[in-house]
Amino acid sequence: MITSQFQYHKASSIEDAIQKLQNEEDAKLLAGGHSLLPMMKLRFAEPPYLIDINDIPELQGIDLQGDTIRIGAMTTENELIASEILQQHCPLLVEAAKLVADPQVRNRGTIGGDIVHGDPGNDHPAVMLALDANFIIQGPDGKREQPANGFFLGTYWNEIAEDEILVAIEVKAQKDNQGFGYHKLKRKTGDYAVAGSPVMLTLDGDKCSDIRIGLTNVAPMAIRATEAENLLKGQEIDSALIEKAAEQVIAACEPAEDLRGSSEYKSHMAAEMVRRSIQDALQRARS
Amino acid sequence: MDNANDANNAPEQDDPIKGVGCARKRKEDARFIQGKGNYVDDIKMPGMLFADMVRSPYAHARIKSINKEKALALPGVHAVLTADDLKPLNLHWMPTLAGDVQAVLADEKVHFQYQEVAVVVADNRYIAADAIELVEVEYEELPVLVDAHKAMDDDAPILREDLVGKMDGAHSKRVHDNHIFNWQAGDKDATDRVFEQAEVTVKQDMYYPRVHPSPLETCGCVASFDKVNEHLTVYITSQAPHVVRTVVSMLSGIPESKVRIVSPDIGGGFGNKVGVYPGYVVSIVASIVLGVPVKWVENRMEHLSTTAFARDYHMTGEIAADSDGRIKALRVNVLADHGAFDACADPSKFPAGLMHICTGSYDVPVAHLNVDGVYTNKAPGGVAYRCSFRVTEAVYVIERTMDVLAQKLGIDKAEIRRRNFIKAEQFPYQTALGWEIDSGDYHTALEKVLEACDYEGLRREQQEKREKGELMGIGLVTFTEIVGAGPTRNCDILGVGMFDSAEIRVHPTGSVIARMGTITQGQGHQTTYAQIIASELGIPSDEISIEEGDTDTAPYGLGTYGSRSTPVGGAATAVAARKIRAKAQKIAAHLLEVSEQDLEWDVDRFKVKGVPGQEKTMKEIAWAAYNDRPEGMEPGLEAVDYYDPPNFTYPFGTYLCVVDIDKYTGVTKVRRFYALDDCGTRINPMIIEGQIHGGLNEGFAVAMGQELPFDEQGNILGNTLMDYFIPTFVETPKWETDYTVTPSPHHPIGAKGVAESPHVGSIPTFTSAIVDAFSHLGTTHLDMPHNAFRLWQHIRELGLDKRTG
Repeated sequence: MITSQFQYHKASSIEDAIQKLQNEEDAKLLAGGHSLLPMMKLRFAEPPYLIDINDIPELQGIDLQGDTIRIGAMTTENELIASEILQQHCPLLVEAAKLVADPQVRNRGTIGGDIVHGDPGNDHPAVMLALDANFIIQGPDGKREQPANGFFLGTYWNEIAEDEILVAIEVKAQKDNQGFGYHKLKRKTGDYAVAGSPVMLTLDGDKCSDIRIGLTNVAPMAIRATEAENLLKGQEIDSALIEKAAEQVIAACEPAEDLRGSSEYKSHMAAEMVRRSIQDALQRARS
Repeated sequence: MDNANDANNAPEQDDPIKGVGCARKRKEDARFIQGKGNYVDDIKMPGMLFADMVRSPYAHARIKSINKEKALALPGVHAVLTADDLKPLNLHWMPTLAGDVQAVLADEKVHFQYQEVAVVVADNRYIAADAIELVEVEYEELPVLVDAHKAMDDDAPILREDLVGKMDGAHSKRVHDNHIFNWQAGDKDATDRVFEQAEVTVKQDMYYPRVHPSPLETCGCVASFDKVNEHLTVYITSQAPHVVRTVVSMLSGIPESKVRIVSPDIGGGFGNKVGVYPGYVVSIVASIVLGVPVKWVENRMEHLSTTAFARDYHMTGEIAADSDGRIKALRVNVLADHGAFDACADPSKFPAGLMHICTGSYDVPVAHLNVDGVYTNKAPGGVAYRCSFRVTEAVYVIERTMDVLAQKLGIDKAEIRRRNFIKAEQFPYQTALGWEIDSGDYHTALEKVLEACDYEGLRREQQEKREKGELMGIGLVTFTEIVGAGPTRNCDILGVGMFDSAEIRVHPTGSVIARMGTITQGQGHQTTYAQIIASELGIPSDEISIEEGDTDTAPYGLGTYGSRSTPVGGAATAVAARKIRAKAQKIAAHLLEVSEQDLEWDVDRFKVKGVPGQEKTMKEIAWAAYNDRPEGMEPGLEAVDYYDPPNFTYPFGTYLCVVDIDKYTGVTKVRRFYALDDCGTRINPMIIEGQIHGGLNEGFAVAMGQELPFDEQGNILGNTLMDYFIPTFVETPKWETDYTVTPSPHHPIGAKGVAESPHVGSIPTFTSAIVDAFSHLGTTHLDMPHNAFRLWQHIRELGLDKRTG
């Protein structure tokens, strides 16, 4: 439970952090540390150099400009929960953050760290897929935009280079004809999800004009239940259709068996979380 | 009724003495809530070094070689010890409390994953952690035995090569190299005969999983050998410091008078801190060799993986009954998985602890219990996890089997208990397996709970829910505990009888210091013992200091586990106080110039009968004891008592639980949990309430989530708090508590002990409730833990999760 030796550097700016990433071999960025430090204590990870990016001003803050919300990557879970902008314009993110781990973790853990760490059990990646988020990423050559859709490539494997930093997340403010659902099944406080599903649904009259279904911890990375989405899009959603979509969700899952349950159980729980999230999303979009 | 307020039925402001019955605040909390506790890891000594363990990655393997060179070359490393280094001292193996031996450091072979292979001693724990990675151990893997049911197969791998051919075990003949003991109680032939002729028989297999108490504080010690005076001091997280002193003296050859064991503040024990672990032995050896203090504190993974587990009992309960559900006989068979060494912490004569209390609260005419213990490639242990020596297992098997009998006969589970209870007028009651239950009133307790919870209403609601396809379960348990080990005629540990002790000294100004052979680990002894003395001597409990845990000052006692402190230590305290009061009465008679018989005791003073105003307070008497005493009486006012209890005490209770199970996820919501406990005389209602809440929490944890599973290679799974279930405030149900008071007739103040009842009683209550949710579909039993995944599998087998769309 004691890490190997490592050096620690507190970065003063994004440029400083990128420079250290380039110059120090096998350096890792330290955000909230609630995934990285336990791995280091177990000596599963032994990075020789940590770059602490928690106090870089450009990585902080939540702003609303037009219909776009910009969230600094080092915003903590509790800051997400407390944000009036998010409560009003992106309640899915608030509800998801409330169910992340436990109060201690939410005090330190950051949205950016959660997204980039690459553990399929992390909650924000699937939420980002459901929200159709856009990531602002900075590297030695400047900033670029990267959609969440296509960012998550595998376990600990994302569409981001070794010397790049996630600076901010951009999401669209929720519209009146939209509704969200978020259900997560976990064994206990602080545990990763057995399965979780954020859903964002758009209604056009009685028909579902768009739906995005994210799935947490049922594949090597966060995924979307695309087949299920296609089945529901353009349709008037009823319970029979939700059942068909649930079957598609089960087919889309490929979870690893562990003490949380078998692959079969996790797939079925993903489907159950999707059922409940769709019901909630429908109800919210209608009201 | 919710007794949250009722617990304060004797508020402290109304009781100037703050004695027995007063819900006074705990004396120890002032330091704990200010972070001023003093735990083993808080102890720092000049020049202290740190030990860390090299552990086996394999469950069963031969050690081909150990190379220490790289570790020794790391700056700051002082020593690396292996079994070969301990051999010349004959300390590479040590005796266990169960009559077996256990490797201190693996000798040629490892028998379980994470077994201690070598110890590194370094300047600090950081260097030690780096150094253990540099010790190179070469292993040759051996076939692994994980399944206890296969332990005695002809082709099972033999685990204990040190025991091959030694077929006389500590408790019986061994019939296989992996067999530890066979132990039986009761009359087998008579029991079998009843079963052959019975109108009704039921039989239920059940597995009580391997769990771990996992107290907040892990195990650790600081060993300090003074080479000049040849005096050894060990600060240790021990529930039995005096026994540890005896063991250390026997192992080391250092006279017991030159060994001092100190249990400082302890962050929970729950049975896990009774035994002696390899970490303690190697720390002591390292301190003797190096001449400086050595600290060893395990981390949580080491704690869950290697220190004493609990349970791991494969049980079969059978009842023979008549068609009215009246029990005619009980038969219980157990296969006990003890891991690689038999290190169970039980009274020496009882290799299955007090499992033969398994006749429970019922009038069982004849019974038989058979237990076989076997070795497997798992960590040793087998302690009482918040229970008195296997009582948890005993209560589980009888309460589960009673439910199965009720179900088979179509009799309600409350009614079947009513029909079979030992009646109030039958106490003291001799059980078929040899115990004498001191007192009880089971019918009253049951009816009180049924009424408080509107049992009939719950059953009606359940019927409605079932018609709608919803899963609602009602659990009911009426348990009897056996605590306060124990009478020295049948209870000893390593030959030392299981008495306990108290030493009380009244100072000239009338305040008190008292020391006991027990040791508090959260139970609040500093408060409750003071309350007992306060009531006996009329001295306010605020002015009574209680000290435990330092073997240089406290009288010898067997320690705190198995709910024995109040039944044994508390009795010693009351008796010692009464010796003081008897002397005080003589002094009072002298001061008042009357005969002793003319005096009567009133709260805090002796009064001359019929003469108002003629009286002497205990404070006045205390002063006189040091200067103005009767002719020929020695000065001072103190007494010692070593109390050998005439019997165990038998707390009991009725618990009721209501659960709702989500049939699409398997998630259980505990809607209601009502716990009525009868622990005899209640010393501090607030502490009792806290004990019951804690025990219910741990019972909930065991029933709903805790387990230490192993894969086929013997890798322990779930040995971190990521997986191992410690419920937080979020998961914990709301507890409702209640009580009746049936004093123990043989205990000086009628108290029975309480801390473990809620654990023992609640676990089968949860199972009873869970099974009840499915009982209309033919389910008779489901093994723990009742986590969502396991319940969902059962729901799916029954086809209950189909959606109609």
